[in-house]
Amino acid sequence: MHSPEQSQLLMESTEPALTICARGLSRRFGNHLAVKPLDLDVRRGEVLGLLGPNGAGKTTTMQMLTGNLAPTAGAIRICDIDLLENPVMAKARIGYLPETPPLYKELTVVEYLRLAARLHKVPRAECSGAVNSAMARCGLTDTGRKLIGTLSKGFQQRVGIAQAIVHDPDVIILDEPTVGLDPNQILEIRALIRELGDKRSVILSTHILPEVEAICTRVQIMHHGEIVFSDTIAGLRDFQSGRMVSVTLQRPPAIDTLRDIPGVAAVEAVGEGRFRLQFAAGADPTSTLINRASDGDWGLQQLTPTQSSLEDVFVRLTKKEPVA
Amino acid sequence: MIFVIAGKELRSLFASPLAWLVLTVVQVILGYGFLKRLDDFLQIQSQLAQLASPPGVTELIAAPNFATAAAVFLFAIPLLAMRMIAEERRNQTLTFLLSAPVSTTEIVIGKYLGLMFFLSIIISLVVIMPLTLAAHTHLDFGMLATLTLALLLLAAGFAAVSLYASSLTAHPMAAALIGFGILLAMLFAGEATGDSLRARGWHVAAAFTQVFTPLKNFEPLGRGVVDSYAITCSVLLATGFIIMAIRRLDSQRLRG
Repeated sequence: MHSPEQSQLLMESTEPALTICARGLSRRFGNHLAVKPLDLDVRRGEVLGLLGPNGAGKTTTMQMLTGNLAPTAGAIRICDIDLLENPVMAKARIGYLPETPPLYKELTVVEYLRLAARLHKVPRAECSGAVNSAMARCGLTDTGRKLIGTLSKGFQQRVGIAQAIVHDPDVIILDEPTVGLDPNQILEIRALIRELGDKRSVILSTHILPEVEAICTRVQIMHHGEIVFSDTIAGLRDFQSGRMVSVTLQRPPAIDTLRDIPGVAAVEAVGEGRFRLQFAAGADPTSTLINRASDGDWGLQQLTPTQSSLEDVFVRLTKKEPVA
Repeated sequence: MIFVIAGKELRSLFASPLAWLVLTVVQVILGYGFLKRLDDFLQIQSQLAQLASPPGVTELIAAPNFATAAAVFLFAIPLLAMRMIAEERRNQTLTFLLSAPVSTTEIVIGKYLGLMFFLSIIISLVVIMPLTLAAHTHLDFGMLATLTLALLLLAAGFAAVSLYASSLTAHPMAAALIGFGILLAMLFAGEATGDSLRARGWHVAAAFTQVFTPLKNFEPLGRGVVDSYAITCSVLLATGFIIMAIRRLDSQRLRG
């Protein structure tokens, strides 16, 4: 949703390599179409947030991108390697943290990460170095000798992330990486993901809107197996803010007068001269509203853009535009 | 890659009390049987000496001990193999292996080799027991070799069946029961089916049925007779069930 100038700029700058490229990806479970045909592109240095309510198809999409689930239709290329034709080569480029971290509780952290490195074809001589740097990155340096089963949920999650990055993959796919962590741990993990996203491509799924704003460079919102919104974070902010304002008027006119302002899609009276105005898509009638307020002597006291929550965004995206 | 997975399986086996328990129980049963037969042998030794060609130590002590081991394997192997795929599925750690750049073939064969290595430890204990007598008597090393091969092939078949059973479900106990069920079914129905097919004159079908009679294939080698058809059948049984386990794991990716 960027302006033409911005698009021009993006086109002209040398674009980083495309690391994930999915075309017409879909998945059917019996009669249920869990993921409708979707396209997905991620470049190096991008952190893509897959946002959506439970059951939107985020996990299914990620399972397909990591080769854990065969798509019903469509093609996936990882770093220009076809995942379906050459899965072993393509999988070596991917680090994946599923919703439940796949941990062997009877192994120690070092044993487990060493196994992850060996399975991902890290040469034997480089294993120790890879394991140490992954542990340092995820704050696991002091827990190396402990059995994974004895670690707390937060540390287990870190081990899960460590196994996804131990082989220095080009593509990192994290399914709800911050679920079940305490606020401090969430901040640490977010910082780690941002750092990882500098040189690699990261896809993460979540149903927390602020998380996407905090980490991601781009966002795709899924609902009922469809991508209903796909833009940069700036685009998401535009979409959220300015779309809804709350107005306080000392001498409010009839509610229909407000409704008649061009560009206003819906008006809701909150009481005591306060109204919530919903703007139509792409329109910004704020100045018209101010002019009318001064012309009609409505006594405008307050005009605040409302930050909408994820719920609002979903409602707006999925229930289409409310008709005035 | 196969050996990385095999090593991991072996470590997981030894990390669980089950493996140690199985090792202990098997050793107690076999050790008792061995000493009992040795005792019996010493008592009847003088009578045996009067026979024209008396059976040797290997035939009277080692061979029955290997047969006991075969019977113990019928229970032990489904128990040892039950966790290999079923528990990984239940703990959702199978994703770890499936997302790694290894094929399902490598995963299954790696797991199989890990199990076979563990079983070779048990088998080597069975072999060591008669070998302790070597200093004081004459052993039939040829027969000891065929006995070892017989037990190894039997374990290979049982392990493949049990691994396949583990690939069918997400519940280790169910996997053990399925594995045990398939082995028992082969034990009871396999030979009877073969005999009835032979009685009707369908010799090709009867010969084919022999693949599914692991104990019948154990028998000739257990007597010291190298029966190449029985060996082939044992290898076929193991290979067949390994391929089925691989296909089963592959289909998980397709079905979800």
